[in-house]
Amino acid sequence: MLEADRLHLWRGERHVLRAVSVAVRAGEAVHLAGPNGAGKTTLLRTLAGFLWPEEGSIRWCGRPIAADPDGYAGATAYLGHDNGLKADLTAGENLHYLTRIRRPADDAELAAMLSRVGLAGRAEAPLRTLSAGQRRRVAMARVALSGAPLWLLDEPFTNLDVAAVGILTGLITDHVDAGGLAVFTAHSEVPLGGRTRRLALA
Amino acid sequence: MSGARDPVSLPSAAARVFGRECRLGVRRVGELLQPVTFFLMVTTLFPLALSPEPSLMRNIAPGVVWVGALLSSLLSLEGLFRADLDDGTLEQLVLAGQPLAGLVAAKVLAHWLLVGVPLVLAAPLAASSLSVPAAALPVLMLGLALGTGVIVFVGAVGAALTLAGRRGSVLLSLLVLPLVMPVLIFGARATDEAVRGDSAAGGLWLLLAMLILAVTLAPLAVAAAVRICLE
Repeated sequence: MLEADRLHLWRGERHVLRAVSVAVRAGEAVHLAGPNGAGKTTLLRTLAGFLWPEEGSIRWCGRPIAADPDGYAGATAYLGHDNGLKADLTAGENLHYLTRIRRPADDAELAAMLSRVGLAGRAEAPLRTLSAGQRRRVAMARVALSGAPLWLLDEPFTNLDVAAVGILTGLITDHVDAGGLAVFTAHSEVPLGGRTRRLALA
Repeated sequence: MSGARDPVSLPSAAARVFGRECRLGVRRVGELLQPVTFFLMVTTLFPLALSPEPSLMRNIAPGVVWVGALLSSLLSLEGLFRADLDDGTLEQLVLAGQPLAGLVAAKVLAHWLLVGVPLVLAAPLAASSLSVPAAALPVLMLGLALGTGVIVFVGAVGAALTLAGRRGSVLLSLLVLPLVMPVLIFGARATDEAVRGDSAAGGLWLLLAMLILAVTLAPLAVAAAVRICLE
């Protein structure tokens, strides 16, 4: 489904991606591992279409992503270091706007997802009053509600407590079991059973 | 599953972006009132600093009002995309799976509403302190409504281009000011004609033409600049 073949990317003088190849099939999650500065974020941002590699190709369903960037973006949900949420809006409003610019969704679905990430009573709370971990949970709900088949998650497990790690692995498991794809970075092992393949960047 | 299920049409996605911007504007009323406060300060200080002769005031009023409107709308542009870049919502806009130009057009349109409408509504107050006859008010307000639209759309290109540098405000003014000079010239001229009791239609039509050009082309440039800054 997603095939990145021999990607080369320079950031200024630095050769960050050196012939990196990734292939993700439907129903599979890829765990990008490697020390800080190994290029994990760069690879994810390249796969998300923010960066264009100097060499190599990225194909989605067999077609180069440059052929239809908007269509590819619609198939992608990205969780970066920033949550992509507005501090001045409530958790519910954030999900309302971010989900519905992508696909129609009814209120019950948004409420169900908020309670699944453990924020059932906090829909009306302004995001700035939530803790860093709770904001991360809202961002997880945003990804899960996106309806996108490909999830690109950059360090999704940071700032999360044990319960939230369980919720997030549950969301990824459900997504992958339903035929979705996920690429994520993490510094520790993630209990996803046999669904994960590990790719180490040096 | 090559794309998202049941994609949303561009107009309804753009309406969501517009709605979110308006709601954010209402939540941050202090920020919203900054340009119009600046505008009123500039325009009411002139009669205090100069001799308050009605004939002198009437001569300089169009220029003062338009310079005030131009500077106060420029003031509001710096943060147009900065906050979105910092909290990651700009990335989400790019990845919405919609033509980016359409979504940023909705965002800039909302900004125009939030900045331009207060300026237009404050214009009678500014005009009365500068002894502008009431008969010239419709032309002044219509001109300001059109003119702030051009300034906001052209300025959005500058705001997006200066995102990559951390301190973009001086550069932003340098980039945008020459491009919006025609707005100042024709806007002030139309107001001047109205103050003198002549027909101001020519200037207003020109402003409308500039607005149509800016609304059509600026979103494309903004979208390209935003993509570059996320690289």
